[in-house]
Amino acid sequence: MTAVVELTGVVKEYPGGVRALDGVDLTIGEGELLGIVGPSGSGKSTLLHVVGTLDRPTGGSVRIAGHDVAALTDRRLSALRARHIGFVFQAFHLVPGVAAVDNVAEGLLYSGLPRARRRGMAADALARVGLADRLRHRPHELSGGQRQRVAIARAVVGEPALLLADEPTGALDSASGEAVMDLLHTLNAEGATIAVITHDTEIAGRLPRQVRIRDGRVVADTARGKVAA
Amino acid sequence: MSRTPVLRAARLGPRDVLHVGSAGLRSRPVRVVLSALGIAIGIATMIAVVGISASSQAQLLRQLDALGTNMLVAKAGEGMFSGQEVKLPKDAVGMVGRIDGVEEAAGTGDLDRTVRRSEKIPEGETGGIAVKAATERLLDVLRGRPAAGTWLNAANGRYPAVVLGHVAAERLGIDRPGRQVWIDDRYFTVVGILDPLPLAPEIERSALVGWDAAQRLLGFDGHPTAVYERSTDATVRQVQNLLAPTIDPRNPQNVAVGDPSSALKAKAATEGAFSTLLLGLGGIALLVGGVGVANTMIISVLERRHEIGLRRSLGATRGQIRIQFVTESLMLSGLGGLAGVALGSAAVAAYAATGGLPWVVPPWSAAGGFAATLAIGTVAGLYPAVRASRLSPTLALAAG
Repeated sequence: MTAVVELTGVVKEYPGGVRALDGVDLTIGEGELLGIVGPSGSGKSTLLHVVGTLDRPTGGSVRIAGHDVAALTDRRLSALRARHIGFVFQAFHLVPGVAAVDNVAEGLLYSGLPRARRRGMAADALARVGLADRLRHRPHELSGGQRQRVAIARAVVGEPALLLADEPTGALDSASGEAVMDLLHTLNAEGATIAVITHDTEIAGRLPRQVRIRDGRVVADTARGKVAA
Repeated sequence: MSRTPVLRAARLGPRDVLHVGSAGLRSRPVRVVLSALGIAIGIATMIAVVGISASSQAQLLRQLDALGTNMLVAKAGEGMFSGQEVKLPKDAVGMVGRIDGVEEAAGTGDLDRTVRRSEKIPEGETGGIAVKAATERLLDVLRGRPAAGTWLNAANGRYPAVVLGHVAAERLGIDRPGRQVWIDDRYFTVVGILDPLPLAPEIERSALVGWDAAQRLLGFDGHPTAVYERSTDATVRQVQNLLAPTIDPRNPQNVAVGDPSSALKAKAATEGAFSTLLLGLGGIALLVGGVGVANTMIISVLERRHEIGLRRSLGATRGQIRIQFVTESLMLSGLGGLAGVALGSAAVAAYAATGGLPWVVPPWSAAGGFAATLAIGTVAGLYPAVRASRLSPTLALAAG
């Protein structure tokens, strides 16, 4: 199995001496669906940022899709995000007043693909998340669950090596949350590598692999020992 | 899994740059209008100042065109030794008329008399109005026409009839022919009032009496003091050289030859020189407008932290975030600039329409004004854009 994410001894220390990550080792293989669980303040958001290359660690090494993050300039890091990483946020972060298909196409804006191609792929991605009939709807015309599915479509439209979902159900009622988790399972079955960051142990419990974080360390990993990195 | 050995950030096409740059504007139209307004006022002021000057100048040049530049005046100069006024020969007008190329010639002769509204007004109050004898062709040479009544002719030129220049009529308080004015020791009947004569302001300030009547009634000696002539356009310079020697072959230096159209040209040039003060005011308005745009952009960056974070997570480089906000600033001030050019042009049009002037907005002023807004947009957008690009994506994405 190829590793999409390889974290070795990752430390993230903020000025003032707060250690958000304290020696994290984590390997995520291609095609995995895992939950990163921990209470608030455990360091899981920092872990998300480091894995998503939005933040650089102060120590240890981070390899994403085979690239050593420490060796990359900001430009190359941006390109890495554009090609290989898709983000889903708790607050959706859709552009208000813009049709769903255009919101999704925004996910390819920095990929270098031509405009028409981006829109075609965006329509396909919306079909994948079950919103083929909502292409022209604007965010305020969609339910919360539908908005999150638009955001997921935006994250997967470029076929990233890794999909990072930060509390994807946090702003949704349980039925919509259920639908979103089902969608993530479906996408994983289709081959996507997905990491779900959540504080909700119930949601994490239904994922094939769980990584528990506390005080900046991995305290439990259901895959440890089973996966040869 | 596709492993590209080297990662390269994709470039945004021009259309995509416009797209991301205008996104912020489209979602906040009222703010766009308000902050573009500052720029618009500045540019409109500058365009209006330049345009109104240019329109006035165009009007003068148009007038000059109608009046022609082929008229010359020969006047009696000062005597070289005596300091006394030299008189032109009696038949100076006839001699000038025979010069090759001269089409028409006319003369006036100064009379040492005053004109008053009535005999009861003291002699000293001349109101600056001169009394002159005039030949019949004078009005043709000047291309003037009577605003009311008639010009001097063979019939009324023998009688105590007078034609007033429009300034003279105004000063005497006479608004229509038929009234009488006191000249020397008798009443003359006003038979006509002239339209303005831009080429001969001295005639505008005169009361004109027929050549014969002046000789018979006012003791005029028949020596003209000024000869007006019009030649073909091609011979103007040639005639100019011949005028003095023709009129006074022995003492040509006693004859001063003038070209009234050159004075008008000079006036047109000064009209074209716009007021630097007003232009400076426009510049200050523009500067304030630029500060407004910078302010709006800073607020826009603060408000759109999430969007910036999102774009960074989608793979935007710092440079692409900078480009986005500089483009937004450029569009904002560019819109203001366009509105300002339109507004300023409309102001010039309104001014021209009320004053009967031609509507002129020099293309360089519109282009220059617009270029200035683009420069201001870049400067105003640069700092906010750099701030936006330096935002940490993680902070930008943090909820709240």
